[in-house]
Amino acid sequence: MSDQPASPTPRPGAAFWAVLRREFAGYFRTPLAYVFLAVFNAFAISLAFFIGNIYEAGVASLDRFFLYHPWLWAFLAPAAGARLWAEERRQGTLELLLTWPVTVWQAALGKFFAAWLFLGSALLITLPMAFTVCYLGDPDVGVIVSGYVGSFLCAGACLGIAAIASALTRSQVIAFVTGFLACFVLVLVGYGVFDELLSGVFATGTVDEIRRLGLWRNLEPFTLGLIDLRPTAYFLTVAFAGLGLSTLIVERR
Amino acid sequence: MALIEVSQLQKSYGAIRAVKNVSFSVDRGEVVGFLGPNGAGKSTTMKLLTGYLRPDAGTAVVAGFDVVENPVAAKAHLGYSPEGAPAYGEMTVREFLHFAAELRGLADPAQRVADTLKLCRLEEVAGQSVDTLSKGYRMRVGFAQAVIHDPAVLILDEPTDGLDPNQKFEVRRILKDMAARKAVIVSTHILEEIDELCTRVIVIAQGEVRCDESKERFLQRGTDLNQVFRKLTA
Repeated sequence: MSDQPASPTPRPGAAFWAVLRREFAGYFRTPLAYVFLAVFNAFAISLAFFIGNIYEAGVASLDRFFLYHPWLWAFLAPAAGARLWAEERRQGTLELLLTWPVTVWQAALGKFFAAWLFLGSALLITLPMAFTVCYLGDPDVGVIVSGYVGSFLCAGACLGIAAIASALTRSQVIAFVTGFLACFVLVLVGYGVFDELLSGVFATGTVDEIRRLGLWRNLEPFTLGLIDLRPTAYFLTVAFAGLGLSTLIVERR
Repeated sequence: MALIEVSQLQKSYGAIRAVKNVSFSVDRGEVVGFLGPNGAGKSTTMKLLTGYLRPDAGTAVVAGFDVVENPVAAKAHLGYSPEGAPAYGEMTVREFLHFAAELRGLADPAQRVADTLKLCRLEEVAGQSVDTLSKGYRMRVGFAQAVIHDPAVLILDEPTDGLDPNQKFEVRRILKDMAARKAVIVSTHILEEIDELCTRVIVIAQGEVRCDESKERFLQRGTDLNQVFRKLTA
């Protein structure tokens, strides 16, 4: 090594990409990732066939497949996102990472996008479902694409919530359970039973506004082929608010 | 200018004042032994110095960069191994060091990793995941990530804790080899380490600097170092 210590100040992008690559590869270093992908795939397809009766409906469309995605993401995004910060705290590596020349924001962005890409890869594995529908019928491909876009955004929103849960604790189990419960509430909002419950407490106008916050309510337009500004903004706002808030929590350590 | 300048550093955890007005500086070529009982504020001072914690008051400057004002530049010139040498357990030693090199934006990370593996005698376990290593190797991995960029400032929190005599000898040997070009702070509970490794001693107790002097002067305080330590930290 040289006599003159030459420690460069790294380019901001270098740290972001290094964290993103490590985190993404990190999912596949344990069997958990493969279990996760298998569970997502199995449930996504079973729910569509056995509860959504996608085959019996006789329509070449995937709307019954996407119908259950908020439920899946509410469960699986917190499962994938629980490790984001909780694992760093448990292993003691947070102290290491944050004393390397990286800002909390660069690390947080790298981690968040790696997790989102991982969820995206789970979604990609369900593509044979789309190919099957195309083989059996003549669906509107644009509608299928927008459904996938919506589901991916919905995953990001659930991940944003999971990131907050993970930043608050060093236990992945607690991070998962609290993340799941918060996402679960957003899934319930917009379902009939829950609406009735709200109607007993709030005025009709307020209930309508609350319903707009439900995951399915915002995913539905995508499954019909509409990529609207409002639901897109909703998903991205929840995703990035979660990312921002979790980063602030870590920064305040 | 000194490579480490700490001035009037303060940090409280709730009502507990962990670090009270700590000031000192460390020049190139100095190896400072940080002594003090558990909970004395040694680790907190190190965490403040490395930018992991924000001080309530005071400043810490590393290689000319304030760790609060210019954290990324300060950290680029800093190598730090926290207590217990944490590392990403699921990665292999080589992957872990490669990640550290990439994140630091080092040119030719593969070569840096190879050099560091050799320097720290980690070549034979390079392909093993960190989780499967013995404590001695783990501590050396923590040390390796701290020196991979050949930093001007090295801060090591109990780097020989739990090592057997051979492993301790090994870590001290590597440290001595590179100490002339760096400013080094080593926290330790092992008083003999002062004589073998350090050029200066800072004793911290109850968040205050109780003694800051050359090794020679410290050793003149008495033949029984344990008694000297007890007296200073009482």
